[in-house]
Order: sequence, then C-alpha cells, then structure tokens
Amino acid sequence: MSRYSALRIVREAMRRHAGWGRAWGSPEPRRRYKVVIVGAGGHGLATAYYLGRNYGITDVAVLEKGWLGGGNTGRNTTIIRSNYLQDPSAAIYEKSRALYEDLSQELNFNVMFSPRGVMMLAQTEHEVRGYKRTVQANALQSVATEWIGPERVKELCPIIRIDGPRYPVLGAHWQPRGGTARHDAVAWGYARKCSEMGMHIVERCAVTGVRTEGGRVQGVETSRGSIDCESLCLVVAGHSGELAQMAGFRLPIESVPLQALVSEPIKPCMDVVVMANTVHGYMSQSDKGEMVIGGGTDGYNAYTQRGSFHHIEETVRALVETFPMLSRLKVLRQWGGIVDMTGDRSPIIGRAPVRGIYLNCGWGTGGFKAIPGSGWATAELVATGASGPLAADFGLERFREGRFIDESVAAGVAH
Amino acid sequence: MSTRLGTGGSAIDRSRPVHFTFDGRRLAGLTGDTVASALLANGERVVGRSFKYHRPRGIVASGPEEPNALLGIGTGDRFEPNARATTTPLREGMALRSQNRWPSLAFDVGVVNAALSRFLPVGFYYKTFMWPRRFWESVYEPLIRQAAGLGRAPDAETRDPDRYEHFHLHVDVLVAGGGIAGLQSALAAGRAGAQVLLMEQSPHWGGRAQVDGVRIEGDPAAEWVARAVAELEAMPNVRLRLNATVVGAYDHGWMLAVEMPEPGPRERLWKIRARRTVMATGALERPLAFAGNDRPGVMLASAVRDNLMRYAVSPGDRTVLVTANDDGYRTAIALVEAGLSVPLVVDARPECNGPLPRRAREMGIRVAPGRAIAGVRWQRRITGVDVCLQAGEGSALEHVPCDAVAMAGGWSPAVHLWSHCGGRLRWDEATAAFRPDPQFPPTGADGQAAILPAGSADGHSRAVEVLASAHRAGVAGAAAAAHEGDAGQVVTAEEGAEAPALAVWRMPQSADHRLRAQTFLDFQNDVKLTDVELAAQEGYRSVEHAKRYTTLGMATDQGKLSNINGLAALSHTTGQAISAVGTTTFRPPYTPLTLATIAGQARGDLFQPVRRTPLHARHEALGAAWEPVGQWRRPYVYPKAGETVEDAVRREVLAVRSEVGILDATTLGKIIVKGPDAAQFLDMIYTGRPSTIAEGRCRYGLICNENGFLIDDGVVARLGPETWLCHTTTGGAERIHAHMEEWLQTEWWDWRVHVLNVTEQFGQIAVAGPLARNLLERLGGMDLSREALPFMHWTEGRLMDVPVRVFRISFSGELSFEIAAPAGRAGEIWDRLAQDATPYGTETMHVLRAEKGYIMIGDETDGTVIPQDLGLNWAIAKKKDDYIGKRGQMRLHMAGERWRLVGLLTPDGAVLPEGSLAVAQGTNANGQRRTQGRVTSAYWSPTLGRGIALGLVDRGPERMGETLSFLQPDGSEYRAEIVSPVFHDPEGERLNA
Repeated sequence: MSRYSALRIVREAMRRHAGWGRAWGSPEPRRRYKVVIVGAGGHGLATAYYLGRNYGITDVAVLEKGWLGGGNTGRNTTIIRSNYLQDPSAAIYEKSRALYEDLSQELNFNVMFSPRGVMMLAQTEHEVRGYKRTVQANALQSVATEWIGPERVKELCPIIRIDGPRYPVLGAHWQPRGGTARHDAVAWGYARKCSEMGMHIVERCAVTGVRTEGGRVQGVETSRGSIDCESLCLVVAGHSGELAQMAGFRLPIESVPLQALVSEPIKPCMDVVVMANTVHGYMSQSDKGEMVIGGGTDGYNAYTQRGSFHHIEETVRALVETFPMLSRLKVLRQWGGIVDMTGDRSPIIGRAPVRGIYLNCGWGTGGFKAIPGSGWATAELVATGASGPLAADFGLERFREGRFIDESVAAGVAH
Repeated sequence: MSTRLGTGGSAIDRSRPVHFTFDGRRLAGLTGDTVASALLANGERVVGRSFKYHRPRGIVASGPEEPNALLGIGTGDRFEPNARATTTPLREGMALRSQNRWPSLAFDVGVVNAALSRFLPVGFYYKTFMWPRRFWESVYEPLIRQAAGLGRAPDAETRDPDRYEHFHLHVDVLVAGGGIAGLQSALAAGRAGAQVLLMEQSPHWGGRAQVDGVRIEGDPAAEWVARAVAELEAMPNVRLRLNATVVGAYDHGWMLAVEMPEPGPRERLWKIRARRTVMATGALERPLAFAGNDRPGVMLASAVRDNLMRYAVSPGDRTVLVTANDDGYRTAIALVEAGLSVPLVVDARPECNGPLPRRAREMGIRVAPGRAIAGVRWQRRITGVDVCLQAGEGSALEHVPCDAVAMAGGWSPAVHLWSHCGGRLRWDEATAAFRPDPQFPPTGADGQAAILPAGSADGHSRAVEVLASAHRAGVAGAAAAAHEGDAGQVVTAEEGAEAPALAVWRMPQSADHRLRAQTFLDFQNDVKLTDVELAAQEGYRSVEHAKRYTTLGMATDQGKLSNINGLAALSHTTGQAISAVGTTTFRPPYTPLTLATIAGQARGDLFQPVRRTPLHARHEALGAAWEPVGQWRRPYVYPKAGETVEDAVRREVLAVRSEVGILDATTLGKIIVKGPDAAQFLDMIYTGRPSTIAEGRCRYGLICNENGFLIDDGVVARLGPETWLCHTTTGGAERIHAHMEEWLQTEWWDWRVHVLNVTEQFGQIAVAGPLARNLLERLGGMDLSREALPFMHWTEGRLMDVPVRVFRISFSGELSFEIAAPAGRAGEIWDRLAQDATPYGTETMHVLRAEKGYIMIGDETDGTVIPQDLGLNWAIAKKKDDYIGKRGQMRLHMAGERWRLVGLLTPDGAVLPEGSLAVAQGTNANGQRRTQGRVTSAYWSPTLGRGIALGLVDRGPERMGETLSFLQPDGSEYRAEIVSPVFHDPEGERLNA
C-alpha cells in the first residue's frame, strides 16, 4: 500500500486518480486466527494496530457486524481531553491524548487532531471546588491543565455569555492541548494500517456465538462461518452484554442512547471546545463550520441508535442561554449512539471470566478520546495475557472489590 | 435572464410591491413572493457560492430541498444565516446577503479551488497536510476553517429579541402535508369524527396538483382545494395550520412540528402525541446528472413550473427541458403557453409518445428522443447546451442556444418521517424509488404502525391513486382512535395519462471521465460523479462510508436532492443493485429547526425556575450576596456597606459564637415518610435505626447508595407512631425523594409506605448562638428551656401566635434551634428575630460546621467515601441484617488502608488551598506522583484566628501529629499537621447548653 502525500496527489491528478487503491482490504475470513477482535470501531482497530506495531502479532481478524466505524466511533462529538480527576483515568486518557498528537504521521492518514483547547465551565461554587481539585490532581499526574477566570474564558471564547442571569460563568478548567479530531478518519486510518500489516478486517460479519471448552475460548460462530482463535477480544461497546451472554457470563454494563446534534455550517466563531456540565451541554465547531453539540443520555436503556427529543431540548436550552448568539442558527441533524455505561462510569479493560477472552468496553460517553490509549493498553493485555500499568485498575474485579474509579465526583459528570 | 411576466401568478399581488435589498442593491418584488421568486423576478441568477470549489450557484428548487439559495437575512440582533430563499416569504425592507463569497458574489477568490479541483480529489485532506508535524494546527487547519462554513456567524453579542413558544397537543390523526392527499385524508378522518391536525409547510393549500393541471370532481384542482379547505374549516374537530412543517417522528407516535405563525411568535414548536400520522408529504423531484448541471439557470422542472404558475416568473426566455419522463413535459407546455420559448425537449427515452409529449409536439415544441445533455455552455450565464445520444459517451450532435435548463429526473417520495423512527424502506424498481415498506413500519404506543403513508409520499403518481390512498389512510387513522363515522367517498380525478418513466442516473449513459468530472451530485458540497467513483475505488463502498468520505448528502438539504443520484452512482460503480446499496439513515429534523425554537421561552430569567424561599425578599433587602444551590438562591453572606465578603463572614461567625445568629434553612429537604411499614422502610434507607427514635425526638441519620457510599445526611424526627420527618441536604431533597420512591416502586412495592416531599411547605429558620434560647423565649408562647426541650428533641407549639415545630438540633456547634413555620408565616418570625440576631449566610454556616468538624455532603464526600471513612461508625447499626449499602461496605476495598477524616493545621495558620493533595514518596507505574490524602474543606476560622482544614488522609486518624506536604501546581508547597477534625468545643459543652 503506497503512502499518502501531497506529491502523490499531484502525481495521481495527472492520471485521473486511477492509481489509488483500497484504503483497507476486504478479504474472505480464514478459518483460524491467533487473535479475533470483535468490533471494528476505533477501539477494536486500535487494539489490532498496536498488537501488530508493539508486539508483532499480525495474525489478527477484526470482525464487524455492519460497516467499519459505524458505531460510536462515527457518532460521537469528537472531543479529546485528559483532564480527569482519578489517577488511573488521567493516565490512560493522557496516554491517549499524547498518541493523538502524532497519530496522523504515525498512520499516514490525516486524522486532523486539533488541539484547540477544552474548557469546562464552572457555573456553581460546587463546580469551582470540583475543578480546582482536578487542577491540583492534574498537576501531579503530569496533565497540563489550569484554572482560568471568567475574563480569560471570554477571551478564549468570545461568544460565551459569562454574566448570564441564571448561571454566570465563575471560571473554567482549561486544558490547552485538548481538542478534537475527525472521528471517521481515526477508524479509517487504523483500518488502513491494520490492512497493510496483513490483518483481516471483515465487515458485514456478525458474531452469533462464542465457542468455549473447559472454561477456555475456542472460537466464534459468525454470519460468515465458524472461526477459531486463541484469543478473543470483545470490543463492542453497547453490545458487550450480548456478546458476554454468548460466552456465558454477565457484565455490569447498561446500554443507553446518548444524544447529539449538529447545526448548519457557519463561518468560524468558536475555536475551543466548551463543556458546561451544570446546564448539560457541550459544543465545538467543526472544520466544516457546523456547531457539534453533545447532549445527555436518555433516561432508559435501549439499543435503538436514534434521536429522542427531551435531552436535545435540555441541551439546546442550555446552549442558547450560554451562547445567545446562536439563537437563530438551525439544527441540521440529530442522532443517537448506544453507550455502554458501567456503575462507576469508567471503562473495563481486562480478562473475562472465560480464559482467552479479553474485554474492552464500558467507555460510556467518553470513548472516542480514549481510542489510541485504549488500543495500546488492550493490545498489551491480549499480547501478554496480563494488564500493564495503564489498564491495571480497570479490570472487571474492581466491581467485586469496590475499587471504583468514579469520575463523576469532580462535578464533571459528562465525559 | 429570468424575469417577471406581465400576467399570471396565483400567489402574487401585483398591486402591492415589496422593497428589499440584495447585497446592498435595492430591488422590488411583490406581496406573495418568496425570496427566491423575487430574486428570479429581478434577474438574479447567481445567489451563492458552493462549499468546496466556490462555484457560482443559482436557485435550483422551489421548496425546502433547496441546496444553493441560502442567504443571510436581516441585520443586527435579527440576523439569520443560511435562510432558504425558496421557503422564506419576502418582507418589506428585507436585507439579503449572499454567502460564502469574498469579496463579492460575482468575483470570489475562493474559486481558485475550482481551478485546482483535479488536485483536490475527494478525501484529499486525509492524505496530506500531515507535514511538517505542527503545521496542521498552526497553518493548514486555520486556513481550511477560514474557507469553510457557509453563512456568516452572528456577532458575539447578538441577543435575539424575538419570541418563541411551545404547543403541546394530543390528536387522533395528524396529517403531515396539505396537498390534495393531505386534504383528502383530513376530510376522511374529520368526517369520521376524529380529532385532526392538518399541517402544510407552505403558505398554500393544495400542493402541486394545481400547478400540474389535475382536475378533481370535474373542476380544476384549485376549486376543489378551496371547497375541501372550507369543509375542513367548518369542522370543530379539525385544526388547520399553514406554514407548519412536521419535522420529526419519535418513539410512540410522538411528533414534532414547527410553525411560523402570522401573527404570533417568530416560531412555534408543536409537540404532538398523535395516535396516527398520515404522511402526505409528497415527493421531491430529482436532478439529472449531466455535465454542467450545477450552472446557475439549471433548475428542476417542477421549480420552473412553480415559479411560472405561482409567481409569474420565468427562468429564462429560452429554456431547454431535459427529462426522462412525461411529467417534465408539463413544464415545457406551461412555458410555451406563457409565451416563452422551449427550443428543445431532450428526452432520454428512446420513445416518447405519451399524451403529454404528443401535446408538446402539437404545440410546435421540438422533442429529441434518446438524447442527453453533453454539456452546458457558460459565459457568466448559460448560452446553450450540447446535445448527445443518451446511449453514447457524450459526443455532441448539436448545439442548442438557450438561457435556462429545466431538468426532470423523476420523483422520490418524501419518506423521511417514516424513516426517522425505525420504519424501513424498500426499493421499488417500477417507480425507481424508495417507498415505505409496509412490513416494517414505525410503531406507535399501541405497537401498530404509527405512520400511514399516503399519496405521492407512498410512491403514487396518478391523482386517482393519490386520492384513494389518502382516503384509506384518513379512514384508517380515524379508526385507530375508534372513530368510525361516515368518512364520505373519495373524490374522482382526471389528468393526462403518462407513459412509463425511465430511471436515468447519468447522462449520457457512458459519459467519459471529463464529463463525469463536471457532473454534480451534491450541489452545495460539490460532490461530483467522479468523487463517488473514486470513493468506491478506494473501498468506501458502504453507503455510509461513501457519504462520510465524499460528504455527499451532508449539506444543509441533508441529501434531499443528491442522495438518490449518489446511491445510483455507487450502485453503478460497485456493481450492486440500488436495493443492496441501501440508503443512509434519515434523521430528524426534516427541515432545519432553529435552536431558539427548541429553547422556546426557557431563556434568560425563565431559563430554569429560580426557587425562592419565603424569606427571599428579606434577604434581598439585607443586601445578601447570592449563591445558586441547585435551583435555589441562598444568601451566601450579608455584607454591610464597606465590608468585604471576608469581613462579613468573620462578623457573622463571631456573632453566632458570641451572641446569636439566624440562618434561612428553608431549602433543607423535608420528606414525610408515613405508613404501617414506614419503620422498616427507614431502617433500610438509613444506616441507623430510625424505627427506634421515640416520638418527640430526633436523630442524625446517614443514607448510602447500593455501593455503600454516603450520599446524604440529615436529622430524622419522629412525628407520630407511623410518621417520620426526614431532613435532607438542600441538594438532596429531590434526589433522596426520588431515591426513596425508586426503592419503593421497584423493590418494595408491597410495603405500605407513603413518601411526600414537603420541603416548600415550611419556612425554616436556624437560631444559633449562646443567646438563642434567651431570644426565642422573648418571642413568647413556648417553653423552650433545657428541661422542656433537651438537645435532639422537637416540639410543637405557637411562637408569636404562629404554629411552629421547634427542633433542638445544631449544625454550628452552638446552642441552636430550628423553627419550622408554615411557609406563608415564617416571615413574621424572621422579622422579629432579625431585630436582635445577626442573619448569616451559607458561607458562615460552612465555616461554623468546619470549626466543629461536621462533615458536609459534597465536600467531605464525593461519591467515593463511606461513612466509616468519616468516623461515623456510630451512626451505623452494625447488628442490623441489612440496609442499602451494607453489602457494598463489606467489599474487600472498603476496609483497611483507606483515606479517613482528619483535621489539618498549617504551622503558620495559613489556609490550605482547597483540593490540595498530600504527596507521598515517588511515582506510580504510570509516572504519576503518589498521593496520600487531600484537603476537603479549608477556611479561615475567625473563632480560632487561623486557617483550618478538614481532609481525608491515608489511615489519617492513626497518624495524629504527622506533617504532610501539599504540593501546588505552581510548585510551591504547604505543610500541615494531622490533628483532630474538631477544632472548636471538642467537649460539646456549648452544644448542650
């Protein structure tokens, strides 16, 4: 597979772009792989990529029920940040953010990581205390964040109203190297590299059963035939519970629709990502000019990837109040994604109760930002059979032992 | 040149001109014009620039599917970007601005992108802009951002002065669309007796039938439409709304619509619970894919007809029609009847001998069968078209001069509402369109199909079938709500017969690369035929991948015009049938929805309800500084003239410690728990045993969640044999009430317990300080002596003749009472107390409790803290079999080396920064500095004259006297000694006074 570059584009232009090959292959699945990863979203593909890159394991198949990147990877609001309170969270999200910094070059695919800065507004005294506490923690975690006052908030984001009558902005938790990336490109970029390393990405291949013998995984049944494997890694977000059931165990995960929407495109007016947790809304402006808006999760569990309206209403209300200039702007499209929520709102990376099965799930509303770090840590787990330091605290056993990693404590409920 | 004709125009009033400006130029239109028709009437062909190549773009459609004619409308606070010219009524004095061009519409520097287009293939930005490494964020992306976007962003300080509102309505049948199908459905449902709401997106009833020459019941459609509307208006059970679009379908038949009422608010959002929705939304005409089809002056044939018939606007003097069906001929015939020239009809079908083509020929219109357009000649305006064989590769056979092109690519049913909520579509080869699949409808609350498609939205094209299907849908909708009255008969209709259409997805059939590279699919986003081909070549073959890679269908029209041609191109390239390619998902809203409409009236002061205590006005008069606590406003402190906040807190604290202070404690939650099983219920909710509280007494209680973490605390009082009053934190009132209800409703549904939140029924005042009893006794009416009302007791009586409950409890460590009076009468007591006591606010309350080492939910707790961490083991009934959280607290990690509550004192009396972490030696495996504790609350204590702090420290209570280091983000360090958390009156003598 040839490299992407400006020069190559010029060369291809001379022959009507006839030379561009497929970004990733479309092979028929083999009967056996060393590692089978279920789910060709960002996390699954990144896991495959780092298995190859860091451990030289390329006898890997990534199975995808629908189209690659069609789950939450293609449905999120693309925010990347690592300003978390708890040490284990900060470690893995910061690793991830750091990997994003050079991901375009690493993958030779422009994922458009844009470290435009993320600010989380504090609009109550309680939030002020929570964010100041997180700034303190971040300093010791080597995550560069700071507390900024309302004037600096206004300077960084002139369209914010800082003196709203209901919830004036009291300051913000600011991560200058947080930002956004082009979500689809992350999946495509990883897929292209995995394919280049000889891995098989098999789309339209639904897993229908998990074969185990004597407490150890043997393989999977799929809509495209039976496949044997030594190791099976389940990376299917909202559908983790179903896959676990096929393998005969249960997971402490609930699947809930999360709502999002975009506006029509307008000329650039907001260069930073803003999250406002008190009023429940967060927003950034894409390179296309759309305001990308994240809302809350529906109040009930479901598997339907569609929009509901009550949370949109709450979110939009909050944003019109915080950014009054948006009032006459129009919503173009709303949609929902199914997020996999754990009890402490932190992910699960670790061994399943069945030997040879590894889990990566529970990212809830915050998975996109974690893709590279999650893949890195999960690859280590699958390759070595044991969690490294990044994943050590995220094992399933923490629910039994009570070692929760609860991020909602720092006032920042939304990921 | 497009222009206004001397006669005709069903929608305009020639006697009432309307003046407006376009890019600063003064123009005039007529009452009844849309912005689009007015611009065309003034010869304005170019109205905007496309997204990527900045190509000049003209009006192409006549409805909400318009992708090009997006304008900035209005000025100042009323400026609106991206307004659709085709659906915006023209208003006097309107200021219109074209978008996405610099410096001007006619001359735009961005057009350089078009010249470079071969170097900017689809997805090029994924393949470049990667080096040098930091250039993406510093150079490339800022440039791309500057070039992207459509309309100008409103100014930062813009404040929309207009009003928006929400309507809520339950109906039996919602009819979406007021064309002849919608009217027929509404008539059937209305006559049957159903409650009906009929909504039409345009300002006119009757839809296309009137423009298309349909006759109903022997009369021109317009006459039947007028009769139908009159009959509907006379029905008390039918509501009609023009300028109202049904934009979204959600679960259980919940529908969303937007109305632009006149007069009224700017926009009105309708939330409709409809038993059934009749989807009579019509169909959208498709463009044809030929080289140069994006040139201004190339319009949909239906849009040409609409402009001609409704607004008497001609798109040009000489219009070439290009079509693949008979319907397009209606446009040619209408143009010639209006006295305009149609030099040629280019028909892709080898044979075109239906009644309409015959009639066109009889009128002298030349028809070229089996032909296609090979190119549109352009010199700042269309000068002609090159005609070629449809079956060939595009060699021009003849050149036909013209100044406009009308294209008729066939019709796609507007099935969006069907798809919004899970309804599936099927590809119908016969009509070459996606139609609703009756096997997989979106379902309503009753599990049945919630949406009933009717008319052309269901794929019907003949008026007879349209009306029959609409009648059936109306009857079925009414029947679903058990209205089975006489729905009347479906009306008869006549129209010219039509020969079969041909599905033409590209022109000519084997167009070469040069032509395909000039053939646009998505006009706004500049997606060309070759782009979809390249995407497929690169493996972006799934319809979603192709969409995301090329941006096809992601423009503001959300693919209404572009999708089907794009799917066909993908199908052609990948060799799959269109049915196998499938569609991307239609998402709400059908037409864009203003953010302000969604917000409705919840803006400014009405954004969220402000909860005020009955004493609010008194606090305001005292000059309180407010703190929002949930939806409440609480006095933070009462600064006097010249006082800083710190001064005021100090004064208030000292007043409570030495004399007496009063606090508005109304916001604390008050929940009544009552019933034969209330005792066992409370013993499960609380870690202690409220069941053993004697009547007349109070006890401090803790509430944990299932994981054992402390979530709320407060004093529980026993009011009677089966009645308890549970006090919660201010933030906990609703949360704990819901928590109790959840357990009752989901787990213990058979327990006889009622839970009632009475927080707002009482005004509550804390009276704290050594002089508290003395002050209250002077009010008269009750014996509040130590003997009559000992600590942790409560009593009922009358103070100043106001009925009250008095609780002898304390959150300050001082002698303290809390007085609960009916909300309306608490003010009388406050006024009397305020004569002799110092009002204090929440910040003072915090300092007082911290001095005493009392924990605060949300400060000392954060959802990860168990009562045992806070030294509250005494409040846990250890022998109890169960309570919520007990099992959680037995987990491995809940015992042993945990961070526990201590006091912290700096050697110099400085106040520790809140949230500071106590560092330990070394780093962990991830390179993070190890920690061993944190500051949870830190204040300047006026009582002690120094800084004090509470904190959670690893095995803290076992390490009294040790000194910890608190490293700050700026590199500085605080040191503090571990001490007891009780800084003031450790023996509790003052409390028990």
